[in-house]
Amino acid sequence: MQMYDLPDIHGHFGPYGGVYVAETLMAALDELKREYEAARHDPDFQEEFRHELRHYVGRPSPIYHARRWSKLLGGAQIYLKREDLNHTGAHKINNTIGQALLARRMGKKRVIAETGAGQHGVASATVAARYGMECVVYMGSEDIKRQSPNVYRMKLLGATVVGVESGSKTLKDALNEAMRDWVTNVESTFYILGTAAGPHPYPMLVRDFQSIIGEESKVQMAEMLGRQPDAVIACVGGGSNAIGIFYPYIPVEGVRLIGVEAGGRGIASGQHAAPLSAGTPGVLHGFRSYLMQDANGQIIETHSVSAGLDYPGVGPEHSWLKDAGRAEYVSINDDEALTAFHNLCRYEGIIPALESSHALAHAAKIAPTMDKDKILLVNLSGRGDKDINTVARLSGIEI
Amino acid sequence: MSRIASVFATLKTQGRKALIPFITAGDPAPDKTVPLMHALVAGGADIIELGVPFSDPMADGPTIQRASERALKYGVGLHDVLAMVAEFRLINTATPVVLMGYANPIEAMGWDRFCSEAASAGLDGVLTVDYPPEESAEFAAKCAAAGLDNIYLLAPTTPDARIEAITRLAHGFVYYVSLKGVTGAANLDLAEVAAKVGAIRARAGLPVGVGFGIRDGETARLVANVADAVVIGSRIVQEIENSSPDKAAENVQNFVAGVRAALDK
Repeated sequence: MQMYDLPDIHGHFGPYGGVYVAETLMAALDELKREYEAARHDPDFQEEFRHELRHYVGRPSPIYHARRWSKLLGGAQIYLKREDLNHTGAHKINNTIGQALLARRMGKKRVIAETGAGQHGVASATVAARYGMECVVYMGSEDIKRQSPNVYRMKLLGATVVGVESGSKTLKDALNEAMRDWVTNVESTFYILGTAAGPHPYPMLVRDFQSIIGEESKVQMAEMLGRQPDAVIACVGGGSNAIGIFYPYIPVEGVRLIGVEAGGRGIASGQHAAPLSAGTPGVLHGFRSYLMQDANGQIIETHSVSAGLDYPGVGPEHSWLKDAGRAEYVSINDDEALTAFHNLCRYEGIIPALESSHALAHAAKIAPTMDKDKILLVNLSGRGDKDINTVARLSGIEI
Repeated sequence: MSRIASVFATLKTQGRKALIPFITAGDPAPDKTVPLMHALVAGGADIIELGVPFSDPMADGPTIQRASERALKYGVGLHDVLAMVAEFRLINTATPVVLMGYANPIEAMGWDRFCSEAASAGLDGVLTVDYPPEESAEFAAKCAAAGLDNIYLLAPTTPDARIEAITRLAHGFVYYVSLKGVTGAANLDLAEVAAKVGAIRARAGLPVGVGFGIRDGETARLVANVADAVVIGSRIVQEIENSSPDKAAENVQNFVAGVRAALDK
């Protein structure tokens, strides 16, 4: 593959990405672009970022061979990149530390964030407490119901959680509301966007902060096995954990990259959150990418058992990787994800996030079709403690 | 000369300022939109801004969000909105109509198809909130070829060099967003608006309209002292929201007439 150096200076990944925002935000995005460009080449910034990842987050996260589960499946060996062991329990903190350091560098004392499952909200509230910033988190009222433990965690950390009642009351509406806050308070406020989406430079900077996942994986796989995996598998909502583990592997030949979208009740049912599998390109939330939309260009309501994947768009770089044929995108339904969730609990003693369970389920689907010496590396992007109420309810159990 | 340019030229000779009310197409129901447009003109509108309903109106406050939701209950899409413009043109061939909306409905229709259908419907201009000039050069060229004015936004945060660059690309008029925030917010700083609009007028060879946060005739009059046009949106949508569907046109006409009188004082 030829050298990969996207996005271009305008934030485009081929026809995707870009800066589709109201004029009021253009100056703020220009400022962010300049500041990030400087920070990127500033050894002190990079050193502080790495230091925080090591001492505050607990990186590097280990890679673990899920030996029992692999044996049971009877095919390829499944390895897990343990982002669930990070401080706050998911990969989201890698990005919020990077953005909070940028906010501090830019002199912003107030940060805002959107959240779906609550993981990014918690990670934002955490860094706001860590660096002494005011934090407001927008969360759809439907998600507040589904993820009440995370709502309380954010409050414990000193954040204000604002319920969003508009639209489908989920992640996309929280993002709309965060954008509205930002446009109103643009001079005092830094918007900590939670996924590798939104207007340029967000998709690039979130990817760069999350790339630590793939960078570590390359070193760890070489040390552990003397080789790289045959496939890297990650769940894709907005796509930040996936791009974080994929990006360093893009130029590595022989490594398949597989993104797993939320198939909900099945692609054919229309009740899913899989724009790469069943959507068309369009413009939403400041960027061009595959979207779930109707013939009039209205955004369709999505469904997934996992609040963190319940989003009608996807980061623009994934759209590009799909069209370019460098990554493959598949979908996993709610019930398949739940089965993988239970199996990882029972066979490996790890409670995975429902989001990550989609990636696990796809690994479980393809492993039996592969030889025993093949290697699958799954990004276990978060832990599932936050999901136990949802899983219990779906199993008909009161807790 | 485009319909928009000739309206501004006429007003200039009369020493008057343009009044540009906004309504969302399909609110409160699709069959009310064209009568509402005629009511706006009867009340004294010079140009009509017609909102295209969108599921995710990121730049709009709660009032216009609700208007979009009411219209979307009827499934009102861009095709329907253009059909409303065409129906309005059966009676009114003088008042310019500008669509205001978001990129995705236009993307879904396709640029070529949008431009040709809009031109044959008798549309005059299009303002796409999330198409900054950086992302819309090709679309703007297609609009120009179809005789549609591309209306760009300028904001309190827009630096001077960028104001110059944008006004060079603009047609019809430029729209200054008078506050940092969403539509319907209420913290307009008149002194700040006057300073910024002055700077824009010094650079723009085009009329300057001001909108966001203008809620009554008195504010409209003060803004019109420094601008060429005043845009009122949320306050009119509120009038529709608070009226029974059959009374909406009458109430909107009365409200617009009140603003018109204040502007012409």
